[in-house]
Amino acid sequence: MTLASRVVPCLDIKDGRVVKGVRFQGLRDAGDPVECAALYEQQGADEIVLLDVSATPEGRGHALETVRRVRSVLSIPLTVGGGVRRAEDAGRLLQAGADKVGVNTAAVDRPPLIGEIAEQYGNQCTVLAVDAASTGQSWEVVVESGRTRTGIDVVEWCRKATAMGAGEILLTSWDRDGTREGYDLSLVAAVSDAVTVPVIASGGANEPRHLVDAILAGASAALVASILHDGDTTVTALKTAMADAGILVRP
Amino acid sequence: MTEVRILPTGTANIASVKAALTRLGASVSDAETDRDVTDAAGVVLPGVGAFGAAMSRVGDHGLAPALRERIEGGRPTLVVCVGMQLLCRESEESPGARGLDIVDSAVTRFGDEVRVPQLGWNQVEPAPGSRFVEPGWAYFANSYRIDRVPDGWVGATTDYGGGFVSALERGDVLACQFHPELSGPWGARLISRWLETAKEAA
Repeated sequence: MTLASRVVPCLDIKDGRVVKGVRFQGLRDAGDPVECAALYEQQGADEIVLLDVSATPEGRGHALETVRRVRSVLSIPLTVGGGVRRAEDAGRLLQAGADKVGVNTAAVDRPPLIGEIAEQYGNQCTVLAVDAASTGQSWEVVVESGRTRTGIDVVEWCRKATAMGAGEILLTSWDRDGTREGYDLSLVAAVSDAVTVPVIASGGANEPRHLVDAILAGASAALVASILHDGDTTVTALKTAMADAGILVRP
Repeated sequence: MTEVRILPTGTANIASVKAALTRLGASVSDAETDRDVTDAAGVVLPGVGAFGAAMSRVGDHGLAPALRERIEGGRPTLVVCVGMQLLCRESEESPGARGLDIVDSAVTRFGDEVRVPQLGWNQVEPAPGSRFVEPGWAYFANSYRIDRVPDGWVGATTDYGGGFVSALERGDVLACQFHPELSGPWGARLISRWLETAKEAA
């Protein structure tokens, strides 16, 4: 008996709607967040991630309302990220119904933010979201939806962030996001080996084998988006295939 | 409608507890006075953040004595996550901080052989005589845990680098190390069984 490996559907949210792009660009509408979240829970999702990708203050207001609406129907954990720049932003999301809060760009700009959130709300609800771009030899942190390369080494950053209080890492391969080429397994392995907190692999899932490989590479959870939103598969089908491959999942 | 009061232990995660109870038809509000704690049909001590911080919030509101009396009397009380650890005297997490001191168990950190925090779904195995807990999968988010069942309580256990206590029951008190409000239909059924006792006691 031990922890089950998690399948985590991710909803990118803009102006109250689910959207999906490739490498964070060319966003297209993918439905109502409440309907999507409820459907995925019914299919056996282990938790839901909402990422607010709107860039405007109005969009942020929409996002809080979306969190409230999703929370009212959801009886599994909800992680929310996007636009968290201060501990108070995290507090607002938690109050609206998030169970965990993801920080990304603002933590790169000002790393102490991680400790401020962890101290106030606990490590278990402080998630470091990292977007990683391959440099050939290693990976560097990219921010602002991939528009800015920071030169910061991903593995070092994850190590530092967990020492400051991040309780989980949501690790997205910028190179694979939305491409359906499979997760960047060397990236998953490098970060999972470097930290002692759980790692969620993200970016590139297309088939059950990809999720199995991410778990075998050291991830505690695998994030999926496009393949679910496009109706190509279901969480149920993914988990059944993972169980058949010998991975412990929650039935 | 069953009236349930929630103890103010901070903001994190309280929305999930409220949403779960509301879906099950309870009337939910905050406990602001010791009278609220004493009179409510059901009381929830939700789980958030660190042991010391959570305990001092309860203490700041002057609610600790009423809460202790309620739990010792076995009246309908649902205790979640770090709330369960608050039943103990102290925790490795916050040296020097004093808990409710109701049960005699140690609160210790998981070992280095597992990823900490424990974040995710794990199996709960109830002990014989359990009124509330059924075998099943529950969602956990914790770095610390109680390592043995205290005398006079019925305990459920879970394995994460060794066994730990995942739930405790005595009278109409149900304490869960996991989050029943985030444990899908299994968790909803558990809360619903507890709510029934609050309804009967009201």
